[in-house]
Amino acid sequence: MHPRQNGKSRIRRYDYEIQEFLFPARKSLIYISLITAVLINLMPFDKVILVLRPDFVALTLLYWNIYQPQQAGMSIAFISGLFMDVIDVSIMGQHAIAYCLITFFALILYRRLRLFNAFQQIPAVLWILLSGQGVVFLTGILAGSYIPEWYIFLASVTGALCWPLLVFLLGIFRKQRIDRDEV
Amino acid sequence: MQTSPQFFKPGSNPLTRMFFFVLLSVFMMIADARSDAISEVRRVIAIVIFPLQKLAYLPFSLQERVEQYISDFKLIEEIDHLRHEYLSSRYDFFRLRALTSENERLRALLGAAKQTEIQTILAEILYVPRDPFSRKITVGKGSSSGVKAGQIVIDDLGVIGQVTQIYPWTAEITLITDKNHLVPVQIERNSLRTVISGTGRNGELELRFLSISTDIQEGDLLITSGIGGVYPPGLPVGRVTHIEYDRSHKFARIICTPVAGVDRHRQVLILTSSPPPVTEIPDNPESHASQTKRKI
Repeated sequence: MHPRQNGKSRIRRYDYEIQEFLFPARKSLIYISLITAVLINLMPFDKVILVLRPDFVALTLLYWNIYQPQQAGMSIAFISGLFMDVIDVSIMGQHAIAYCLITFFALILYRRLRLFNAFQQIPAVLWILLSGQGVVFLTGILAGSYIPEWYIFLASVTGALCWPLLVFLLGIFRKQRIDRDEV
Repeated sequence: MQTSPQFFKPGSNPLTRMFFFVLLSVFMMIADARSDAISEVRRVIAIVIFPLQKLAYLPFSLQERVEQYISDFKLIEEIDHLRHEYLSSRYDFFRLRALTSENERLRALLGAAKQTEIQTILAEILYVPRDPFSRKITVGKGSSSGVKAGQIVIDDLGVIGQVTQIYPWTAEITLITDKNHLVPVQIERNSLRTVISGTGRNGELELRFLSISTDIQEGDLLITSGIGGVYPPGLPVGRVTHIEYDRSHKFARIICTPVAGVDRHRQVLILTSSPPPVTEIPDNPESHASQTKRKI
């Protein structure tokens, strides 16, 4: 038993599961949000923003795998990973591995993570994102490149800080759908 | 859409699925490094992504439009300035013409190959990956505009890199700062020929294997020598910024910065017709800068 799992949060968890089972998010919503994330990742930014820009595809995948694990899944993560590989001109499979790992962590932790609100989820999101970037980093080194600067990992920090905003925005769309069904 | 609630998860557990996909990714990475089979997949995905790339670039092109519109107001000043510039460069032009004809005559005397006029394609930079491992950029012109792999890319200041992968509407350019990229250069001051290589770090090039006694100074400009036939001669590549003499080593450590700035421009020029090789192409495959195949 989790120490924080008192009566109130159990109700909240129950609420979430009801939402998930009875009102699954439409698949199209997941695809649209992922395409939007790819679009933001594609923006041709300059130096500082380029370094600080979080990987929105990873964040969006994390969101859907925490809040709708039945609808999202690892194959979507794998395919979006391949897309990011082509976009980032990296070795095919580099981002795919990272996104699969992120999805894996989301799938084994989603019950526990849903007990907390978006702000309390930040530390967990941070280390999940860092593990994803670590995989990209390691595969890059194995592929015979140089050791990059430490500040590339700042993208994970900004990503974790963007997490509450993302939960809020995607939550609006998801809840809208639920409301419409209830009417 | 599901109509009835599901109480059991379909499919296998996350760990099994992750192992499956990780194995698949590792297989793809090895296949990507060893063979060209994956590049077809890459090409298909690149075509799918192209409209998204254009869409993501839209705000920036709009911004450029607006900037251009604003700058239209300054046109009169600019015309004055340009007229002045034109007159002063007129003298250089006449001299250049005289020198060109003289050069042609001398070349004809020597029996050397004629230098062809170089055609260029203007392309905008669509995407600079954040990935620290790839010193590559994507531009918005591809095989439909006549871009071919191996062509040289420059900006108004100097060499940026070389086209390494082409898609129908986009092309990938490997920058000269890429670790596996070599450019045959010479020092402008004394025509000493050597080969410059990228270090993999941003804005840093390195001259390897130049002995301590070499005549090289900080501030020397390096231009392409034209040897190898890939790069046309005379394009600025980099400037020597740091020379380190370590007595325990045979070679000096020479660091240069590239003259061209990829991060400063949105437009680049692709040279479509490279000149015929001025000298014989050496057999050593290392000097072919086009060979930037990654090894895993």
